[in-house]
Amino acid sequence: MRPKVKSYKQPSKLSEYPSTPAFESGHLVSKNAGWRTFKPVVDAEKCVGCLRCYLVCPDGVVARTKDNKVEIEYDFCKGCGICAHECKVEAITMVKEADEDEI
Amino acid sequence: MKSNRKFVSGDEAVALGVRLARPHIISAYPITPQTIVVERLADFVEDGSLKAEYMHVESEHSAMAAAMGVSSVGARAFTATSSQGLLHMAECVHYASGARFPIVMMNANRSIAVPWSIYGDQRDSLSMLDSGWIQVYVEDAQEALDMMIQAYKVAENPEVMTPFMVNLDGFVLTHTYEPIELPEQEMVDQFLPMYQTGNKMSMDEPKSLCFSTSPADNQEFKVMQHMAMEGSVDVIRQVDAEYGKVFGRSYHGLTESYRCDDADAVLMTLGSVTGTVRCVVDELREKGFKVGVFKIRFMRPFPKDEVMALGKAVSKLGVLEKNISFGNEGTVFTNVNSALMALDTKVQSKNYVGGLGGRDITKDHIRAIFMDLLNHDRFEERVEFIGMGCEINE
Ligand code: SF4
Ligand code: SF4
Repeated sequence: MRPKVKSYKQPSKLSEYPSTPAFESGHLVSKNAGWRTFKPVVDAEKCVGCLRCYLVCPDGVVARTKDNKVEIEYDFCKGCGICAHECKVEAITMVKEADEDEI
Repeated sequence: MKSNRKFVSGDEAVALGVRLARPHIISAYPITPQTIVVERLADFVEDGSLKAEYMHVESEHSAMAAAMGVSSVGARAFTATSSQGLLHMAECVHYASGARFPIVMMNANRSIAVPWSIYGDQRDSLSMLDSGWIQVYVEDAQEALDMMIQAYKVAENPEVMTPFMVNLDGFVLTHTYEPIELPEQEMVDQFLPMYQTGNKMSMDEPKSLCFSTSPADNQEFKVMQHMAMEGSVDVIRQVDAEYGKVFGRSYHGLTESYRCDDADAVLMTLGSVTGTVRCVVDELREKGFKVGVFKIRFMRPFPKDEVMALGKAVSKLGVLEKNISFGNEGTVFTNVNSALMALDTKVQSKNYVGGLGGRDITKDHIRAIFMDLLNHDRFEERVEFIGMGCEINE
């Protein structure tokens, strides 16, 4: 399960920061998809639920739905396109964010 | 106090010091003139006298990457390098200090190509001065051995948590045989208990290490790193004093002052050349010249207080160093003058650069430097290259 974003208050003193760049795992303070140019869009009709994309996604942001299809957590998808490249039935298309409305 | 006397090279003294410090893992790639260190450690692991994993990695970059992995699970890491090897691992060197991994590394000071050279000067480590590592320069094999033990104690202090580089002059120290005292393992174990940190990979308390920050928080981490390095000054002094009490040898903290108290001129040194300068100081003192030598042991943290105290007591300071920051002056000289700037009185300082590419710095050179310091009230030249084999064209 992907950790949830927790609210974060900017420290007012240095001593409130962790002493080294190390902190409890799963503590996300922000979404991490700001740099994406293309986003993967899954065609549920074509998808056969093989979960290959789930395995190869380097950021672990492909989630499985109840009917064994896939869903992408866009808040953390960096748009690398590996999932689209590896999907054997071409169920994933990389769509330019700006053109999204045209789909 | 029980101890054993041994006749070893500087490199072997480092290996013996490392064995006493009981690292869990040694990641190593051999490079001249460091090679004997990692060879001896391999022997120790093989003969069972050091219970550690020995990783022969494919490059210096990997050696430091592996050391970071070791440190990230809370284990003790050691590696060693030299010259081009240090530069090859440079990316990881910065990474290790930012991550606050208390890795200890030996660097055999060696010139940087080109012209290609395997002989010693100090441009390799001085070019890494801003990497966030503590840097000490030792004078002899005994100091090298003792510093391997002190290094872990300082680096692993929870307030410091900063990697530590022990520098030995290539060949002059690494390959010269000297008698040393080998401390007892049990005493070292008491002095240097096992490393404990909460900031590690652990199944019980999972942590994300080396995380990213946005510009909103990054500077704070860098300031904390800087403050830890400045704070290490006190820790270095304490550890050295405690080492002196337990093992009978201390190194006067960050600097060592020899016959400087009433001196008219003092020459500042870094590393093994100090011994030669000390001999010349004794000779010249016998002839009535009031001269002294001031050994800078630590370049980071920089011993500002000690340099300022010297600047208050002495009016003429020379800085003898085996490096040049091209287009400016010797790096030690820049750092010394920066500390002297804070004084009200104006100290006359002059830079003597020599020994590049392993050239000898002789007693004659040092005598000439002292005469230059004593005979001039103002220095026209700021930087003088000593030991040139030919005339410098005017
Ligand atoms: S790889 Fe393609 S077919 Fe397989 S689950 Fe992913 S989108 Fe569906
Ligand atoms: S585009 Fe990259 S990050 Fe996004 S879901 Fe596909 S593989 Fe994962």
